Amino acid sequence: MSENYVPSSKFGKWFNDRLPLLTLSKHLTDYPTPKNLNYWWTFGGILTFCLISQIITGIVLGMHYVAHADMAFSSIEHIMRDVNYGWLIRYIHSNGASMFFLAVYIHIFRSLFYGSYRSPREIIWILGMLIYLLMMATAFMGYVLPWGQMSFWGATVITNLFSAIPLVGESIVTWLWGGYSVDNPTLTRFFSLHYLFPFLILGLVVLHIWALHVPGNNNPIGIDIKKPSKDTVPFHPYITIKDLFALLIFMTIFAGFIFFAPNILGHSDNYIEANPLVTPKHIVPEWYLLPFYAILRAVPDKLGGVVLMLGSIFILMALPWLDSSKVRSTVFRPLYKKFFWLLVIDVLALGYVGAMPAEGLYLLIARVGTIYYFAHFLIVLPVLSRIEKTEPVPLSISEPVLGGMLKPEMARSDRKDV
Amino acid sequence: MDKPEKKGNRRDFIFTASYTVGAIGIGATIWPLIDQMNPDSSVKALASTEVDISQIEPGKSVTVLWRGKPVFIKRRTQEEIAEAQSVSLDDLPHPEKDQDRVKKPEWLVMLGICTHLGCVPLSDKGEYNGWFCPCHGSHYDTSGRIRKGPAPTNMEIPKYAFVDDNTIKIG
Repeated sequence: MSENYVPSSKFGKWFNDRLPLLTLSKHLTDYPTPKNLNYWWTFGGILTFCLISQIITGIVLGMHYVAHADMAFSSIEHIMRDVNYGWLIRYIHSNGASMFFLAVYIHIFRSLFYGSYRSPREIIWILGMLIYLLMMATAFMGYVLPWGQMSFWGATVITNLFSAIPLVGESIVTWLWGGYSVDNPTLTRFFSLHYLFPFLILGLVVLHIWALHVPGNNNPIGIDIKKPSKDTVPFHPYITIKDLFALLIFMTIFAGFIFFAPNILGHSDNYIEANPLVTPKHIVPEWYLLPFYAILRAVPDKLGGVVLMLGSIFILMALPWLDSSKVRSTVFRPLYKKFFWLLVIDVLALGYVGAMPAEGLYLLIARVGTIYYFAHFLIVLPVLSRIEKTEPVPLSISEPVLGGMLKPEMARSDRKDV
Repeated sequence: MDKPEKKGNRRDFIFTASYTVGAIGIGATIWPLIDQMNPDSSVKALASTEVDISQIEPGKSVTVLWRGKPVFIKRRTQEEIAEAQSVSLDDLPHPEKDQDRVKKPEWLVMLGICTHLGCVPLSDKGEYNGWFCPCHGSHYDTSGRIRKGPAPTNMEIPKYAFVDDNTIKIG
């Protein structure tokens, strides 16, 4: 990337001298990118698409939705039946939330596997975790807006988590509700904040990408590379076209949900209007929150459950300092690789039991899963990263074998052709 | 000459005073923005409800809405009262005598809100013949006391009074 960027057109020069905005365009064109990035690296672009899509459909839905406890439920039906293409826009928005979380989970596990959270990318990771927290808050408040049974009781259960705080808990919950139960004041403030938060996320995304463009992308073999060099390719057209291709596949799956199974990820009880006198038989949060819900229910103590549930998210922020391995990428950490996949299975298992009743075998699995989740980050990762004998790491992406290592035959890369 | 030192002290004082006034000003500005989220006057105005209980048969209960929350009014049978009174306080996670939870033993008036995370428990269910919360599996006895499960305390008793034999005023 040339430091002294000069726009080609005369107007461009005139504008850039006054506001050097066009200088940023090099970050979309000749920004040097590791040439071995695989498809797990396309989810950043996919997530940007998800955010923009949610904001646009959300603004449109806000034109027709009525944030009032007496009218919210019927205004959703009005959107579904009367508003032109209302059904499509709402299905894009509701399924879009699920697709957003699907992509963000893949993005997070990509980072975990390839050590993208490690120095010098800690700030990127922490900004990402803040985005993830805001996403959960936004999704939760959005789920309340249709004012169905799951909306109402989900809001009741989640806001009641704060009542576990000693001394001030009850006052905080009353303050959050604006009353003595979830009611109209709760709905209107959730609508206001649900509209605000995506723009906060957008701001954090800008910082997230800014922080990424300081050290540049990590890569599948997790080594520092010279930029630009023969290890890198320009962002355009190499990465833009690859991101676009992955995005099209993602959008195909997305469209599959919208047109063929728009309600499969939702809960049928949310098509019953909120009733403060009747709790649904089985309250479940949206699928993307299930692992945390399982942790909450695994603990037979109210405060303990809430503390562990929040801890399970905040522990991730400390990850860059829990892992002290000399090697970033799990590709060269044979033993840790096994534990990584165990963690993936663990989180999926927690998600499964989170959807099941909290009893018998399910409860046992939830408890074992919770213990492993914390043990993974607090014991396995710190200990293993100090004692594991890692495999030799190539000196560059281009020359993994010829780089003058002690055992060149052990050099590995994700791609066989480089 | 102690003049320069004195000057310094005067300046420190002005700084401290300015910071203090500034902090109070910011606090006074922020407080309305925080307090506007607390229950407003119209919500507080709905704080009491009168209920006619003459139609409730022994063993039956009604649920009324008070402050947006369900209140269970249960007319207990003699067996249920005996069961509630006979429990040893040592067996209770949140020890309370049944006598302290009712004004007349026949009538149990309590907030129908599970003290775990706020669901409405189902009546005549659970291992103690009282209430069972379907959300996270808390069992309550015939006095609404927590016996088993994640809920930390007994179901709450609201402020109420018997206006006459057939009417209860809640709140």
